[in-house]
Amino acid sequence: MSALVHDPRDRGGLQQPMLIARDLRKHFPVKGSGGKSVQAVDGVSFTVGKGETLGVVGESGCGKSTLARLMLHLVKPDAGELVFDGDPVGVATGIAVDALRRQVQMVFQDSYSSLNPRMPVRDSVAFGPFVQGKRKDEARGIARDMLGKVGLDPGLFGPRYPHELSGGQKQRVNIARALATGPRMVILDEPVSALDKSIEAQVLNLLRALKRQFNLTYVFISHDLNVVQYLSDRVLVMYLGRAVEIGPIEVIFGRPRHPYTRALLASRPSMNPAQRIEEPPITGDPPNPIDPPSGCRFHTRCPFAEKVCETTDPALGALQDPHSHMVACHIHDPLSGHSRYGSA
Amino acid sequence: MLKLAKTALMTDTIVLEQPREAYEEQAIPATRVRGYWQSVFYRLRHDPVTLFFGAIVLLIVLAAICAPLIAPFDPFKESIVGRLKPFGWRGHPLGTDELGRDMLSRLIYGGRVSLMMGVVPVLIASLIGGLLGVVGGFVGGRTNTAIMRTMDVFYAFPSVLLAVAIAGAMGGGMANGMLALTLVFIPPMCRVAETATTQIRALDFIEAARASGARTTTIIRYHVLGNVLGPVFIYASSLISVSILLASGLSFLGLGVRPPVPDWGLMLSTLRQSIYVVPFVCALPGCAIFITSICCNLVSDGLRAAMDVRM
Repeated sequence: MSALVHDPRDRGGLQQPMLIARDLRKHFPVKGSGGKSVQAVDGVSFTVGKGETLGVVGESGCGKSTLARLMLHLVKPDAGELVFDGDPVGVATGIAVDALRRQVQMVFQDSYSSLNPRMPVRDSVAFGPFVQGKRKDEARGIARDMLGKVGLDPGLFGPRYPHELSGGQKQRVNIARALATGPRMVILDEPVSALDKSIEAQVLNLLRALKRQFNLTYVFISHDLNVVQYLSDRVLVMYLGRAVEIGPIEVIFGRPRHPYTRALLASRPSMNPAQRIEEPPITGDPPNPIDPPSGCRFHTRCPFAEKVCETTDPALGALQDPHSHMVACHIHDPLSGHSRYGSA
Repeated sequence: MLKLAKTALMTDTIVLEQPREAYEEQAIPATRVRGYWQSVFYRLRHDPVTLFFGAIVLLIVLAAICAPLIAPFDPFKESIVGRLKPFGWRGHPLGTDELGRDMLSRLIYGGRVSLMMGVVPVLIASLIGGLLGVVGGFVGGRTNTAIMRTMDVFYAFPSVLLAVAIAGAMGGGMANGMLALTLVFIPPMCRVAETATTQIRALDFIEAARASGARTTTIIRYHVLGNVLGPVFIYASSLISVSILLASGLSFLGLGVRPPVPDWGLMLSTLRQSIYVVPFVCALPGCAIFITSICCNLVSDGLRAAMDVRM
C-alpha cells in the first residue's frame, strides 16, 4: 500500500474499500431445461481494499470468470450490489457503469483472442483512450507510452499485428491496453495461465512493478495457487459459485480452515520429498452447477461431511483469530452441532 | 588443454551471470511489418493464375467501358443484305446477326449491360445484406432471429426461380432485372456476414472494447467491420459470375433487357433459331458469358486463397 500517493480521483479516503461486493448473484438460464439455470455466482460478498491485491482461487467452472465480468458489469448481476469507492454502481445516486469502466479495467486470459487480429497492436492499445474522448494522436501517444511501460519497444512492436507476437508479448500488450485508460483497479482474469513458466514469471514481475508505479488495486483470478501466493495480499476461495473462505494470504496458506481450501493447498505438489501430504485428497469432479447439492455445496466431496452439512447451508462467518479470516464451514460454527467442532 | 576448457567454462558462467534484463524476451529481429491488405496484395502478386485471369477480366471491363472507341461498327445499324454472315464477311470480323448488325460491336456493347448486371446487384446486396448480417449477428437475440428467419423464407426458393418470379411480377427491363437479382443475393450475403460477425462477437477483444466503455456502434465500426469485410468481399466476388449468368438467363427468357439493347443473354436467345445457318456466330454470346464468368470465378478463388488466412 502506498498511502503517500494521493489520487485526485480518490473519494472515500484510504479506509474506504475500493470495491465492495455484496451478495452478487448471476444465474445463467439453460435453454430447454424447464427454467433451470447455471448458478455461476450465487451470493458472493467480499471487499477489495485500496492498493491491495485480492486473489481469487477455485477449480474450473466455480464462477471465477463470471465474478470478474460482474465486477465490470460486462454481465449484469441478477442480484447484489457493487460499491466502488463508496459509490453504488449502476444506481441513480451512485456511479454510472460508464464511469466505472473508466476506473476499472480487465486483462483477459486468452491473449490471442483478446486482441483484434486486423489491428496493429498500438491501435488496440490506443482504442481505450480514444473512445474515452482523447484525440487520435493523443491516444496514439498514450499507446506508445504504455507499450514502453510494459517492456515493448513501441517503434518495433507498435505497428505489428497480434499474430506476429509471442504469447508473452501479446499478454504485455493486453496489460498495456488495460492500463492505457488510466484505471485505478485492474481485474486480472488468469493473465498468466496460458503462458510458459519462464514468461509467466516475467509477466508477474511486470504486474508487480506496474502496480507500484501506477498505484493500482488488483483482483487477481487464478487457479494456480503458487501464482496467487506470490502476488496477493488476501485470498478469496470459491467453490461452485460460493465464497467458502476469505482471509489474509499468510493465514489462508498457513492455516486454512475450510476442508476445500485444505484440499486445494494439499493438491499442490510438494517441493520437499520428506514433507508428506497428510490431508485426504479431494476426489471426483465438482457437482453440476445447474443442480448444486443441498446444504453445504462441498459436502458431496468433503471428508468431514455430516448430517448437518447435507441439510444446512453454512454462512460465511468470521473467525476469532484473526478477525479478517472468514470461512463458511459447520466445523467452525459452535452452534451447528458438527462433531468435529474445534478440532480443525 | 585443460586450461582452455576451463576458460571456456568460465565464459559460460559469465554469460549466465548477465543482468536479468538479458533474459527478458528478446525482440524478434526486425522484419518488414506488413499489414493485412499489404500481405493480401503480396500473395496476389505471386499467384500467376489469378493474375492471368484477372487480366482477362480487366480486358473485358476495359472493352466494355471504352466500347464507343473500339467497336468497329454501330451496334444498332441493321442491314437487310448482310444478315447472318460468317466470320470475316465484308470487314465484320465476327460476322453479323439476324438483323445484319456487327457481332463484334454488339458483343463489346453487350459486355456493358452484362457486367453491370453482374456487378451492381452484388454490390447493393453486399451493402444491404452485409449490414443486416452484421447488425443481426452483433445484437443477437430476437433481432437476429427476426432477420435471419426472414432471410430463410427467401432461401426456400431456388435462386433462379426467385429471380424469374420477381422479374416476371415486376415486368422486364434492366432496372427490374437488377432489383430482382439484388433481392436474390441479399439472403446469402446476409448469412455470410452474420456468421462472421457471430464468430467475432464471441472473442475477448470485443468484451475488452466494451470494458473500455465503447458504444456498440463504435465497436462495430472499429472492431467488427474490418474482420467481416474479408469474408463478405470473397463471397461477393464469387457471386459476380452467378449474377452474370442469372442476368443472361433473365434476358434469354425476355425478362431482362429489352431489344434492341445488346446483351449477351438476349443475343443468345434471338440467335438461337439461326444455329444451323451460322453456328459459330450464334455461339459467340454464350462464349462471352462463359469466359467472363469463369474468369470471375477463378479470380474469386485466387482472392479467397490470398485473403482467407488465419492470422
